Amino acid sequence: MDIIQNISILGGQDKNRRLELVDRIDLKMGDMVSVVGPTGSGKTTLINDIELFADRNTPSGRRILINGEVPSPDYTENPASNPIALITQHTTFLSDLPVIEFLTIHARVRNNFRPEAGDLVRQTLDFANQLTGEPINETSRMMELSGGQTRALLIADAAVICNTPIILLDEVENAGIYRVRTLELLREYRKIFLFVTHDPRITLLSDYRIVMQNGSIVKVIHTTEEERSLALKVSQIDDVLTAMREKIRLGEVLVDADLEGLL
Amino acid sequence: MKLIICAGPATTGKTSVLRHIIRKLIEKDHRAAYLKIDVQFAEEDIKFQEEFRIPTRKVYSGELCPDHCSVMVLGDTIKWAQKEGAEYLFVETAGLCLRCSPYVTESLGLAVLEATSGINLPLKVGPMLSLADIAVITKIDRISQAEREVFRARIQEVAPDVRVREVNALYGIGIDPLVRQIEALPDVGDSLKLRGNPPVGTCSICVGKKEIGWEAHFGVLRPLDNQTFYRGQ
Repeated sequence: MDIIQNISILGGQDKNRRLELVDRIDLKMGDMVSVVGPTGSGKTTLINDIELFADRNTPSGRRILINGEVPSPDYTENPASNPIALITQHTTFLSDLPVIEFLTIHARVRNNFRPEAGDLVRQTLDFANQLTGEPINETSRMMELSGGQTRALLIADAAVICNTPIILLDEVENAGIYRVRTLELLREYRKIFLFVTHDPRITLLSDYRIVMQNGSIVKVIHTTEEERSLALKVSQIDDVLTAMREKIRLGEVLVDADLEGLL
Repeated sequence: MKLIICAGPATTGKTSVLRHIIRKLIEKDHRAAYLKIDVQFAEEDIKFQEEFRIPTRKVYSGELCPDHCSVMVLGDTIKWAQKEGAEYLFVETAGLCLRCSPYVTESLGLAVLEATSGINLPLKVGPMLSLADIAVITKIDRISQAEREVFRARIQEVAPDVRVREVNALYGIGIDPLVRQIEALPDVGDSLKLRGNPPVGTCSICVGKKEIGWEAHFGVLRPLDNQTFYRGQ
């Protein structure tokens, strides 16, 4: 595989077939990007277009280039050559394979059947178990996993087994997993990250954000200095709310002191 | 004339896949004809006729298995489609008991399977998959990327020579490579044969023996301890 340096999104059309307002975005290696916009504005469609290497053949009419060129057909024909891992919003698996067997097959196909693929399965489970409060049993069947376990496993699978230069995540905050830990672990990798998100904390961590409306990319906002200076405070508020959420989950009662972190 | 035979379990999206392929061929000014083989109900012939203004036919297999029916009518169908001036003949069939496959020599065999059908489906459909040229995987948006890739691996395990193509039949995504492969097909000759060996056609049960247990029967017998994966070859 050629080394991926950048990926380009060439504009198509919105839901009313009007030309997309932003006609080109180039994402560079190491970029952390958010995709924001109201429900139904086309955020998921955008990352699906990227994953499909759209070539004016999807409803949006967009085109995706890798390193400025039309992507190699090999990307879609052999998972080991695919430079993209996509974490969809699916919260269930349909497969009744045991977790260990599923991951072993996936590790082999994503790594051209190299023998070291076996170590990746262990690392994937370790990674996933840091993201979910309920450890994943490797003999469980995939379809039995909870929503949180499913998302945790998909994220770990993308980072460790796929370990692709481009990772697309659809609403990681809705996953019922430790979101902050997820971001910390993912930031250890140098990749192009695209987060579809509604979360202020994730958005402020991004280098810039793509704003969607009615199926079209309407603008790109670079995180401002002022926004960056807000990030610390937003994280504190978020931590307080996360801790309160956890207390509610554990059947505890909230008290005044729970808000102390906000001083 | 080029021949494309499309098989797959019910509701996997065979018709949707063919609709996108035919639309793209017609956009390029190619002429297509379509035959639907089903057991007792089908209306795709009427829909395709209305939508594309192409010659269509349907056959109900009734008491015959659809694949048996296909062998019976395919010769006549080719003559009919040639007379209609078709450059591409599409035959869509619902193979049912999964011991046969409808693909013939010199045709392109498409097996349409849905990604949501479970990880063991590739092991269960036998010659419908193993004798196809292309496995077309539909409903790919319904499962995660990881699961899609494991499903693909399962298919390649059973059918290593079959090419896997993932499509979204709702929006026609992934159809273009299929169209290119269909356009590159050679024309059919006049001595077509089934690719696979048909299963045993008559047996002691067909002729009315009801006794349970292989000892009570003759012809092809199968004790419990003789299980092999059936590939139709």
